Amino acid sequence: MKISVIITLKKDVLDPQGKVINQTLDGMGFEGVNDVRQGKYFEIDIKEDDKSKAESEVEEMCKKLLANLVIENYKIIRSQ
Amino acid sequence: MNSSVITFPGSNCDRDMDVALKKFGFKNKMVWHEDIELPKSDLVVLPGGFSYGDYLRCGSVASKSKIMKSVTNFAKGGGKVMGVCNGFQILVESGLLPGVLLRNKYLEFICKNIFVKVIDKNSPYFKNIKKDTLELHIAHNEGNYFCTKEQIKEINDNNQVALVYSDKNGSVDDANNPNGSMKNIAGILNKEKNVLGMMPHPERMIDPTLSGEDGSIFFNNLINNLK
Repeated sequence: MKISVIITLKKDVLDPQGKVINQTLDGMGFEGVNDVRQGKYFEIDIKEDDKSKAESEVEEMCKKLLANLVIENYKIIRSQ
Repeated sequence: MNSSVITFPGSNCDRDMDVALKKFGFKNKMVWHEDIELPKSDLVVLPGGFSYGDYLRCGSVASKSKIMKSVTNFAKGGGKVMGVCNGFQILVESGLLPGVLLRNKYLEFICKNIFVKVIDKNSPYFKNIKKDTLELHIAHNEGNYFCTKEQIKEINDNNQVALVYSDKNGSVDDANNPNGSMKNIAGILNKEKNVLGMMPHPERMIDPTLSGEDGSIFFNNLINNLK
C-alpha cells in the first residue's frame, strides 16, 4: 500500500525559503501572491494492506522521524 | 579524564575536537556511530560536520544511530554530553535538549568569528570561567535556534541558557545576532545541566597563531571542573 504524507511548517515558524520564493514570483510578474510556505512530501510504500493499520504505522514514522513536531505538522493525504 | 568523540558519516570536526581535547589533558577515544557501547568516559562529545549530508533535517538521521542509544542512557544517568554545531543539532533531534535549529534567517552559510556572552556560570561547562564574553567561531547554515513558547519559558525558568550572541563587551541585541536565533541563543543546557549544545566551535580557538585562545579558556576550565 502506498501512503503519501505532507509535512508543513507550523504557522508561527519563520520560513525564509517560502519568503524568497514569494519574492521571486512577485519579481516574475505573479503579483497576486499573498504568501508561500514550503513543505516536504513523502511517498511511503508499506507492506501492510490494511489501510488503518498502515496509516497508524506511518503516523508513528511521522512522529518519530519524518517530522519534528516542535516546528512541523504532518498530514496523511492519500492511501492507495 | 577520559573523553569520547563520536564520528558519524559526514562528521568533519571530529579530528579537531580530538586534537583540542588531548591538548588540554583529556585521554580521548574516537567512537564510530555503529558501535553499541561507549568506552568509559567522563565526557562525550558530538562534533560538528554534516552527518548524513544533513538529509531530512540536520542531525535527524544521526540522532537515530546505534551509538545514540548509549549516549542517551549515559546522559540520562548524569554523564556529561557536549554537542558542537552539528552535534548540537543531533542533541535537539534526539530530544536530549529542547528546541530545534532552523535555517539561518537570511539563508546564508555563516562562517566567521563571533562573540558570545556566558550566561551560565554554574554548570560543569562554565563554572569558574573567568571571562564574561568569549570570541569563538561559527560555521553553519542551520543555527537559528527556535523553540515553542512553553519551552522557552521552561528554559528561562531553569536557567538553561548557556551562551548568547553578543558584542565584545557583552551587549546582546539584534545587531549581534548572526542567524536569527530566538533571544540570541548560541548554546543551551538541559534541565540537569549535564548536557550542553552550542553552535560556536571552541575547538577552533585553541591556538593564538591560527585563530584565538578563548577556546583554550573553555577547555582548560572544563577539564578542571570535571576533575
